[in-house]
Amino acid sequence: MSFLELQNVTKIYPNGTKAVNETSLNIENGEFVVFVGPSGCGKSTLLRMIAGLEDITSGDISLDGNLINNIDPSERDVAMVFQNYALYPHMTVFNNMAYGLKNRGISKEEINNKVNDVAKLLEIDQLLSRKPSMLSGGQRQRVAMGRAIVRNPKIFLFDEPLSNLDAKLRNQMRLEIKKLQRQMGVTSIFVTHDQTEAMTLGDRIVVINNGVVEQLGTPKDIYSKPNTKFVAEFIGSPQMNLFNCKIENGVATIDNKKINLDKSINIEDACIGVRPDDIQISENGQYSSVANLVEYLGSEMIIYSTIGNQQFSCKLSSKIELKAEENFNFDIIPSTVHVFDNNTGLRV
Amino acid sequence: MKKVQFTSKYSQYFFLAPQLLILLIFLYWPIVQTFRDAFTMQDAFGFGSQFAGFDNFLFIFSDPSYLTAFKFTLIYSFVITLITGSMGLLLAVQANGIMHGKNAYKTLLIWPYAIAPAVVGVMANYFFSERYGLLYSLFNNLWGFNWYEDVFDAYIYVIIAGSWKQISANFIFFLAGLQAIQKTVIEASIIDCKSNMRRFWTITFPLLMPTTFFLIIINITYAFFDTFGIIDTTTIGAPGSETKTLVYKAYIDGFRGLDLGSAGAQSIMMMLIVLVITIFQFRYIEGKIHYN
Repeated sequence: MSFLELQNVTKIYPNGTKAVNETSLNIENGEFVVFVGPSGCGKSTLLRMIAGLEDITSGDISLDGNLINNIDPSERDVAMVFQNYALYPHMTVFNNMAYGLKNRGISKEEINNKVNDVAKLLEIDQLLSRKPSMLSGGQRQRVAMGRAIVRNPKIFLFDEPLSNLDAKLRNQMRLEIKKLQRQMGVTSIFVTHDQTEAMTLGDRIVVINNGVVEQLGTPKDIYSKPNTKFVAEFIGSPQMNLFNCKIENGVATIDNKKINLDKSINIEDACIGVRPDDIQISENGQYSSVANLVEYLGSEMIIYSTIGNQQFSCKLSSKIELKAEENFNFDIIPSTVHVFDNNTGLRV
Repeated sequence: MKKVQFTSKYSQYFFLAPQLLILLIFLYWPIVQTFRDAFTMQDAFGFGSQFAGFDNFLFIFSDPSYLTAFKFTLIYSFVITLITGSMGLLLAVQANGIMHGKNAYKTLLIWPYAIAPAVVGVMANYFFSERYGLLYSLFNNLWGFNWYEDVFDAYIYVIIAGSWKQISANFIFFLAGLQAIQKTVIEASIIDCKSNMRRFWTITFPLLMPTTFFLIIINITYAFFDTFGIIDTTTIGAPGSETKTLVYKAYIDGFRGLDLGSAGAQSIMMMLIVLVITIFQFRYIEGKIHYN
């Protein structure tokens, strides 16, 4: 039995919206799992159901072998870090961190020790007597983390905790969260819509769309073998190019040029996915196109162009000399291609 | 846009004149008149008056009926503040928690706020009339309630009449206060604390402090000044002068008893009370209880 098990978990709101649909997941002890998906996909709802802040319409959630469907949030032994930190504005940092412990009847001395230890770990020991209004965004974030860590829960739930921080602080906190999680070995679930956070933080990633799990796997699995067209487009930046085409006897035809896929398949309405960095520029490539727009990013550049009437982008080293409105030739290498059936949206 | 320049030095006063006149006639003149009254002794038939120094003030402080009104006003404002505040809070917490028909509850609970105090007093009259009052007969059966003779019972009468409408005001502000609390703060506390009661007193109530203090001031001011219509339509100060508020007594003494000197002195005393409340509000409340 896994540490956290979700079985056919469904959430239907009173207005009839199905936020989460028959989701089943197993999460192992000590694992760092990231829920990622576009806004409104149900990832936060799923997290909140694990926390106990939303009731479960149907299905079962069990933590450490116990069914927790109807257990009070305070007794599930979970700790949550919210997007807007949700610190208690009328309490000092110390009391914010101590509040959950006090309510659980832990002795004053032990609370003191725990809070001080965690404050040192997070380097907020100088701030213990301050109120949240006197803290910067990054400091509030640390206090919110501290409030979760000090409880020493079975599982950490992070609900987009980095999205209110500026880019630099966000990267820094991301690394820190990863480091802390490794150090403490506590099972963690992290919800985000940011694929960079998902890829860098997660031992495993759960890609969610429309309340359904599209794919579950390691970041590498998900990037190199997306199960569905949705995952292919959602993970990776710039997003994967998708070319609609017809596949006959394993040969795809894009813009009247043939690509031999080495698979004996026939699909009437297919879709071929190529990552922007897998497009090979070469002088005698079989495709020729015009660079409509060039985005210079320092070490790399992104070229936006079209073949036939289908738009695509490619990512190149900026050492290559190519300016907007210039022509370039390229090849699509069959071994880097992902094939999807447009009717089912699934990988072939 | 074209900027209009006035060439005459006096045109600005011309445009200010209507507003200034209104202030002068309805505010400054009465104030000056009040001070004049407070320091003069009027002939009983209105034929003459003479400067009296602080005699009027000395008189009201030696007048037992003034001290009774003072005591009653203090008790009245304290109890009204307590009842309207706690009832308003209770109703707001309940209304905030319900899922269905929230707006219907809200509207119904806000309605009494729109009723004028005098009308509230007339309505209370029906409930507490000796002949056909529902509450009168109920309380009378319970402990021999008779506000015409018993001071304590008269207090109950004017307190119920005075509180009812003001509960609505408290309800509105507490509900707004509750809705202003971040939802995630409450959720964080749900994970941190099991007991609803404890969570309310440690998280929700402290976060409502700014609203609470604001309402305390509002309720005290209401009980002091706006209950005139209620007293005048219910007990009219009975039994004896036991349920006269300071405002009501100043009115009775000045306009019924025609003792303008005493009424003026009483008005100035009330002004001092308002001054103290206002200073207290600015000094200790406005500045201190903010969390943002």
